[in-house]
Amino acid sequence: MWAFIHKLGSPKWFYAISARLQPWFWVAAAVLILVGSAWGLAFAPADYQQGNSFRIIYVHVPAAFLAQSIFVSMAVAGFIFMVWKIKIADMAAAMMAPLGAAMTFVALFSGAVWGVPTWGTWWMWDARLTSMLILLFLYFGVIALRGAFSSRDSASRAASVLAMVGVINIPIIKYSVDWWYTLHQPATFSVTSRPAMPMEMWAPLLIMVLGFYCFFIALTLMRTRSEILRRESSKRWVRELAGEVS
Amino acid sequence: MAFDSLSGFLAMGGHGVYVWAAWGVTALLLLGVVLHAHAERRALLRHLRRRVRREQHHGASGGATTPVSHQEGHARES
Repeated sequence: MWAFIHKLGSPKWFYAISARLQPWFWVAAAVLILVGSAWGLAFAPADYQQGNSFRIIYVHVPAAFLAQSIFVSMAVAGFIFMVWKIKIADMAAAMMAPLGAAMTFVALFSGAVWGVPTWGTWWMWDARLTSMLILLFLYFGVIALRGAFSSRDSASRAASVLAMVGVINIPIIKYSVDWWYTLHQPATFSVTSRPAMPMEMWAPLLIMVLGFYCFFIALTLMRTRSEILRRESSKRWVRELAGEVS
Repeated sequence: MAFDSLSGFLAMGGHGVYVWAAWGVTALLLLGVVLHAHAERRALLRHLRRRVRREQHHGASGGATTPVSHQEGHARES
C-alpha cells in the first residue's frame, strides 16, 4: 500500500502513467460533450414552463458540479501534501485551480443569464448565489496566494491551508437551497430519488456532467505533466526527456 | 428534434440570446483552457530543450547527456 502511494507520488512514474491515461480522457470528454450538446440543444424537448431557456441547464449544472468538485479535490490534495509531503498532490492542486475558477464563473454567468427570462433578474443576494460567489473569491485567493510567496514551499502550504479551510463553503453551497429560502431551485439529481424531469431531459444532462468530469481529469493530467517539467527541470530524467520529445 | 428549422433552432423560441450567451461563454472558456494548456506544454518543452542544449554546449555539470560533457563533468568532480 505504502509502496504504491509512494510510487504514485513519484513525478517520474506519474509522468509515464498519465501519458497513457490522458488520451482516453480527452476522447471521452470530446465525445460526451459533443453528444450531450447536440442532444441537449436540439433534441431534448422544451420545458413546458421555461421554454427553450431551460437548455442553459446543460452547461450550468455541469459547470457548477465541477466548480465544487475541483475545490474539494484541491482540499484533498492539500491535505495529502501537508500530511505526507507528496509533491505531486501539490502540483495537481496548483494546476486545477484556474479551471475551478473558470467553472465557477461559468456557473455564475450562465445562472445570471438564465435568471433574466426565468426570475426576471440576473442577480439576487440569495444563499446559493452568494455562496457560489464566495467560492469564486476563494479560488482567486488560492491562486493569488501561490503567487504571493518567493518560496515555493511556503506558497504550497498556504494554498493548501486555504483550500482545506475554504472547503467548508462546499456543504454550505450544497445545502443552501434547503437551509434558506432561495430563488434557486433544488437539486436536479439526487442519489435517493428519481429525477423529476423526463429521461429525454436528464439523459443529456448526465452525459454533459460526465463529459465535464472527463475534461477536468484530462486537463489536470496534462497540466500536472507540464508542472513536472517546470518544477523538476533539474532532474536527470526530465532532461533526458527533453531530448526525446520533439 | 425539438425544432423544425435552423432559424427556429437559433431563435430558441425567443430565448436565443440567453441560451447562446451561456453556451458561447462556456465553449470559449473550455476551448481557451485547452489552448492555454497546449501552449504551456510547448513553451516548457522548448525552454527545457534550450537549457539542456546550452549546458551541453558549455559543458556544465548536472544532467548533461553527451559523452563529451560527461567527461568534463567527471574531470571537474575529481
